[in-house]
Amino acid sequence: MTRVFVSRDMASVALGADDLAQAFARAGCEVVRTGGRGLFAIEPLVEVETSEGRIAYGPVGPRDAAAVLDGTHANRVGVTAEHPFFARQQRFTFARCGVIDPLSLADYAEHGGWKGLEAAFRLSPQEVVDAVKASGLRGRGGAGFPTGIKWQTVRDAEADEKFIVCNADEGDSGTFADRMLMEGDPYCLIEGMAIAGHAVGAGHGYIYIRSEYPFAVRTMRDAVARSAGRIAPFTLEVRVGAGAYVCGEETALLDSIEGKRGQVRAKPPLPAIEGLFGKPTVINNVLSLAAVPFILSEGAEAYAEVGFGRSRGTMPVQIAGNVRNGGLCEIGFGVTLGELVNEIGGGTASGRPVRAVQVGGPLGAYFPPAMFHLPFDYEAFAAAGGLIGHAGITVFDDTVDMARMARFAMEFCAVESCGKCTPCRIGSTRGVELIDRIVAGAPRGAGMLEIMPQMRNARTAARTQDEEIALLRDLCDTMKFGSLCALGGFTPYPVLSALDHFPEDFGGASALPEAAE
Amino acid sequence: MPEAVTKAMPELAEIQTVIDRFARNGMRGALLPLLHALQEEFGFVDPQAVPLIAEALNLSRAEVHGVVSFYPDFREQAPARHVVKLCRAESCQSRGSAAIEAELVRRLGIGMGDARPDGQVALEPIYCLGLCAIGPNALVDERPVAGIDRAAVERIVAEVTA
Repeated sequence: MTRVFVSRDMASVALGADDLAQAFARAGCEVVRTGGRGLFAIEPLVEVETSEGRIAYGPVGPRDAAAVLDGTHANRVGVTAEHPFFARQQRFTFARCGVIDPLSLADYAEHGGWKGLEAAFRLSPQEVVDAVKASGLRGRGGAGFPTGIKWQTVRDAEADEKFIVCNADEGDSGTFADRMLMEGDPYCLIEGMAIAGHAVGAGHGYIYIRSEYPFAVRTMRDAVARSAGRIAPFTLEVRVGAGAYVCGEETALLDSIEGKRGQVRAKPPLPAIEGLFGKPTVINNVLSLAAVPFILSEGAEAYAEVGFGRSRGTMPVQIAGNVRNGGLCEIGFGVTLGELVNEIGGGTASGRPVRAVQVGGPLGAYFPPAMFHLPFDYEAFAAAGGLIGHAGITVFDDTVDMARMARFAMEFCAVESCGKCTPCRIGSTRGVELIDRIVAGAPRGAGMLEIMPQMRNARTAARTQDEEIALLRDLCDTMKFGSLCALGGFTPYPVLSALDHFPEDFGGASALPEAAE
Repeated sequence: MPEAVTKAMPELAEIQTVIDRFARNGMRGALLPLLHALQEEFGFVDPQAVPLIAEALNLSRAEVHGVVSFYPDFREQAPARHVVKLCRAESCQSRGSAAIEAELVRRLGIGMGDARPDGQVALEPIYCLGLCAIGPNALVDERPVAGIDRAAVERIVAEVTA
């Protein structure tokens, strides 16, 4: 019986993978459901097991089963890993994703699974922490804080119990790496969390997944149940969010697990000292924890060898939006933005010129193509007024209205603000109003208060357009430095970058090319 | 959860049965899992459940109500028979979701965030499903749908208004 492989990833299913799998089952094949390979342009994808390895065909539909099985179908991709989109990648974390049956413990073990955990158990907890430090791994959720140092803080904290929390509340638009990993290789995350538990002395862990990811919730729950014996005495529990973006902020996430409103806590105390239920807590992103098994099994040097500057290892970059070859590209730091968008991504899906890319989700800066020389590196992006964030790149063609995108950033912040701090809660709404006035070319005139006879020193002339823009910058400054967390604090990035690089969309003069350098 | 909609008015005893399951097992931070369980069972979190939950988990009613009202997922009324959740985030916008939203609003005759008065269908915003290179995307009664064009809008409208 021919074995074929069809993804059960949510994206593949949204494109029709379930019908495809049924068609091949009806054609008498043994269908193995895998995770997603990560290139959406060739989905729905089917791989046929042959003597030369797995040969891929895609995109294909349920009616193509016969042509695929006799090898005559026109959309023959060949060996998936040799496709140009995959050939340049360095898959450390995503090595198994799309290859194995995500829930098969046998598949996982056969493809190098549990080696990291076994290596960790041969080491003392401190040696495990040292290995993570030596790898140079930095938090993949966005902040880029060294993971080893976080673990050391928790390890050194005295407490009767400690926790490992996985932040799987991947709410940023343009990011889907956490989702793909949880759906495609859940044991990898479980193994990473068990290693963290051994390293810091924690007995229990939580995986907090957003409710918008029902497939990931199901797969993770199933995987946790099946692997319970393998990671004992460490125990794991899946918790599901309820539609609040702010719960991706680590302290809001902890409050949410505790059964409270997902409101941000003031820091200090750091979660590493007083985290979940007031106990020392390692809280890491999915990708940080999933990078750990590789570091332990292959060695910290093998991981640190790849990278750029102080950004070591690989980053699963997600190329999204209006792009021809959108998908997941795990690659060493240092690749330039232009290579990712134009070479690997293949430019826009619409065929129009790229006008802007947003890196790092709704809180990330918009960059024009003039900045495509930027290397993918935490420091380089920070110096350019942006951030890598969770490494999602959203591509826009030349039909985008950047003032509208800036307004959306403020609107999103207003919708999702937890309400605890004023700059975020109120500033975002004032920001929407300001941008509306700027775009309409209708600056604010004197109000009822200013025209009262008692208000002798109040200005009665309307603001100029330049003053309104200066006020928007001032508001962004207040939000950036006055907000409790990254939601209010980083919303100015998309707003100010849109204003700096695309002033013509706000009714101003076009940015000079040198100003964009 | 369309099949749950038929139980429009859950009995207090039924609610209490679900609550007891969580109160008994001593789960820490049980409130969100409990609210999810109630919503899965009945389609919504009945305001009558609030004092019962507060009693069982040793919380104040204000704390419970605060949590129910904070999270967009929890609803206090029975949902429409069909729910279309359309993504409004940046990646879908870059692929033309604004036009698709306008088309859905026009074809369904309801605004974004509203339900039809007869309870047949609701259109809700959602911010990112993580299918960001194949948008515009939606969840139609929890089923993911990608690459929505005008033809797909027709299919969705036909499905949810039938």
